Amino acid sequence: MGYRLSKHDFSELLHKLQEDNKVYGPTCKEKKGTFSANDLVVYDQVADLNDLELTTKTKFSPKEIIFPIRQTMFYFTEDQQQIPQVDEESIIIFLRPCDRNAVKRLDEIFLENGPEEDIYYQRLRDKVKFFVLECTTGFDSCFCVTMDSNRVEPEEYTAFLRFEEDELECEVTDPDLEHLIQELGSEIEFNPQFKEEDETEVNLPPKEEITNDLFEHQLWTDYTRRCIACGRCNTACPTCSCFTVKDIVYEENSNCGERQRMWAGCHIDGFTEMAGGHNFRDEYGDRMRYKTMHKIYDFNERFGFDMCVGCGRCDDICPEYISFSNCINKLNQIIEEGE
Amino acid sequence: MAVNVEDNPYRAQSAEIIDIKQETDVEYTFRLAANMDLNCGQFLEVSIPGFGEAPISVSDFGTDWLELTIRRVGDLTDKIHELGIGDKLYLRGPYGNGFSLEEFKHRNLIIAAGGTGLAPVRSVINYFYDHPTEVNDFELLMGFKDPDSLLFERDIDRWKEKLEVLITVDQTCGVWGECVGLITEHIPKVNLSDVENTEVIVVGPPLMMKHTIKEFKKLNVPDDKIWVSYERKMHCGLGKCGHCKIEDNYVCVDGPVYNYAEIKDLKD
Ligand SMILES: Cc1cc2nc3c(=O)[nH]c(=O)nc-3n(C[C@H](O)[C@H](O)[C@H](O)COP(=O)(O)OP(=O)(O)OC[C@H]3O[C@@H](n4cnc5c(N)ncnc54)[C@H](O)[C@@H]3O)c2cc1C
Ligand code: SF4
Ligand code: SF4
Ligand code: FES
Repeated sequence: MGYRLSKHDFSELLHKLQEDNKVYGPTCKEKKGTFSANDLVVYDQVADLNDLELTTKTKFSPKEIIFPIRQTMFYFTEDQQQIPQVDEESIIIFLRPCDRNAVKRLDEIFLENGPEEDIYYQRLRDKVKFFVLECTTGFDSCFCVTMDSNRVEPEEYTAFLRFEEDELECEVTDPDLEHLIQELGSEIEFNPQFKEEDETEVNLPPKEEITNDLFEHQLWTDYTRRCIACGRCNTACPTCSCFTVKDIVYEENSNCGERQRMWAGCHIDGFTEMAGGHNFRDEYGDRMRYKTMHKIYDFNERFGFDMCVGCGRCDDICPEYISFSNCINKLNQIIEEGE
Repeated sequence: MAVNVEDNPYRAQSAEIIDIKQETDVEYTFRLAANMDLNCGQFLEVSIPGFGEAPISVSDFGTDWLELTIRRVGDLTDKIHELGIGDKLYLRGPYGNGFSLEEFKHRNLIIAAGGTGLAPVRSVINYFYDHPTEVNDFELLMGFKDPDSLLFERDIDRWKEKLEVLITVDQTCGVWGECVGLITEHIPKVNLSDVENTEVIVVGPPLMMKHTIKEFKKLNVPDDKIWVSYERKMHCGLGKCGHCKIEDNYVCVDGPVYNYAEIKDLKD
C-alpha cells in the first residue's frame, strides 16, 4: 500500500524505529574526504532524517553492515572456543536498488554456494529490513540498467521511498510498519519508479562469445602497466565477498586470542599465494581479467545472473583512473571486431 | 528464526594424535583418533588456535582414525610438527568431492604422483591393495626430488608385493636402486595397450602435473580418462572465501578432484 507523509512525521517514525532497530544509511562526513576539503559520503548509523545524504553516491557500499571488514569468528582460550554474540536489535538499511541487488549476490555466495550457510553472514542478514530509496537518475558512472539491477521487487524491501520537497511518498510491504505509517500519513496510489537509461553506455559482450582466447589478449597487458594492485576496487564493490581467515594472539597471554576473518581482494598480492610461494595471477593485468570475467561472466555461468550491479564505485575510486565500464566496452569491441 | 551459532560450519572439533611417523626431514604423518565419513582424496581444514588453519588432504583413514601427512612450510605446519602423541589438532570437514572409486573399478588404473601429491591418492592405492580383485591392472609411478624426499616407504614396500610400482628420483644418487630422471621420462614404459579401458590419475605440483598429462596425451590417453587433484589457496573449504576459485569453479566444493576433460581449458 502507498502512503504520503510529511518529512517531519517520517523523522518521528525513524526515531521510534530506533527503539528496536539500528538504522543505517548514506551519510556525509564533512571535510573527511581524500583531500581534506572534500566531504566523505559513506554508510553509517543515522539518528535523524537529516543525517541521510540523498544526493551523492556513497564511496563504499552498505555491505560492511552484514559482512564486516573484520569479524571475529571465535575467541579461544587454551581449550575453549567461544562464538561472539551479536546485538539483539534488528537492522534497517536505506539503500538504492543497485545496492539491494548487490545483497542478492552476497546472499548467493554466503547462503547458497557450497554445502552450508555461512552463519556469521546469515545471523546479521536475517535481521535486515531494506528501505529502498527511489533512484531514477543515478550518477555519472552508474550502469545499473545494463546490469539489470535497476529494479527491485516488493518482496525485496520493507519500504520503498520517494523523497519530495517537504514530503515523502512510500510503499510499505511490512504490516507492522504499515500500522505505524497509517497513523501518520494518507493513503495514495504509489508505483515505484526505476532508472530506465544509463548515462554511461556499457555494452555487455554476449556470454556465448566469451571464450578463453580473450584471456591472452593485449587488452589485459595494458592493465598490468596501469593497475597498482591496491585493491580499492574490491573494497568499494558491493558484491566482492572474498575474505581471508587469520588467527590473532593476545600479547598478554599467547594462549588466548581470536580467529578473525577480513575482506580480501583478487587484485591484492597474496590472494592466490600457495605454499612454496606459487602464485596464480602474478601479472596485475591477469587480475583485472579475472575480476572482469568473474563480474560479468563466471558468476553468471554458475548462478544465472551477473555479479556486477553497475554501481560504478570501482571507477570512482581507482587512483589510476582505471574504468571498469570502459574495460567491459573494450572487451565487447574486441569480440565484435573478432580480433 | 534465530541462527544457531553452535551449529557452525567453521567450528572445529579436537582430535587426539595417536601416532606420528616421520617420512622425511620436513614431512610427518600424523594419525588422529577421529570418526569421519570420508572419501579418498577429500581434505580437512586443520588448525591450532593461534597458529591458523590450513587445508590438508586425508592421506589414509579407517573407521576410527585418519592420517594427515603434513609438510612443514609455515606458521601452522611448523607448529604441528612440534606436537607429540596425546596432543590435539582441530579439524573440520571433510571437504571437497574426492575420488569416485567406482570410476576405477574393473579397469586398468595408472597413478602418477609427484612428491606430496601422493597424499590424496594414498588411500586410493591402499584400497586397491586391499581389494586387488576390484581392479584389472594397476601401475603406480612415483616421482621424488631425491631419495631423501621419499614418502610412505613402509607402504611402498607393501605395495610392491602386489602392485606394479615404479619409483623415480629427479637427481642421480649412488647407492640407491631406483630409477633416475623425471617422472615424465618413464611414462612411455607403462602399459597402455588398452587405452579405452584405462584410467589415469595425475597428482603433484602444478608443473609436474602439466608435463605428465602432456606425456599421457602423447600416448593417446583421452582427456576424459585422466583425473587430477588440484591445489589452491583456501580459507574456508565451504565455497565462501573465494580464494580457490578458477573461473566458475570453486575447487574446495567442486574439486579438488576433477576429470581433466572438464577443466583442461580453465586458465587459473
Ligand atoms: C586441497 C588441499 C590439500 C592439501 N593437502 C596437503 C597435505 O596433505 N599436506 C600438506 O603438507 N599440505 C597440503 N596442502 C597445502 C597446505 O594447505 C599448506 O601448505 C598450508 O596451508 C600452509 O600453512 P602454514 O600456516 O603452515 O603456512 P603459512 O605460514 O600460512 O604460509 C606458508 C606458505 O603457504 C601458503 N599458504 C597459506 N595458507 C594456505 C592455504 N590455505 N592453502 C594453500 N597455501 C597456503 C602461504 O601463502 C605461504 O606461501 C593442501 C592444500 C590444499 C588446497
Ligand atoms: S564491479 Fe564495479 S560497477 Fe560492478 S558492482 Fe562492483 S564496484 Fe560496482
Ligand atoms: S582500484 Fe584501480 S589500481 Fe587499485 S587494484 Fe583496482 S584497478 Fe588496480
Ligand atoms: S576455500 Fe573458500 S571458497 Fe574455496
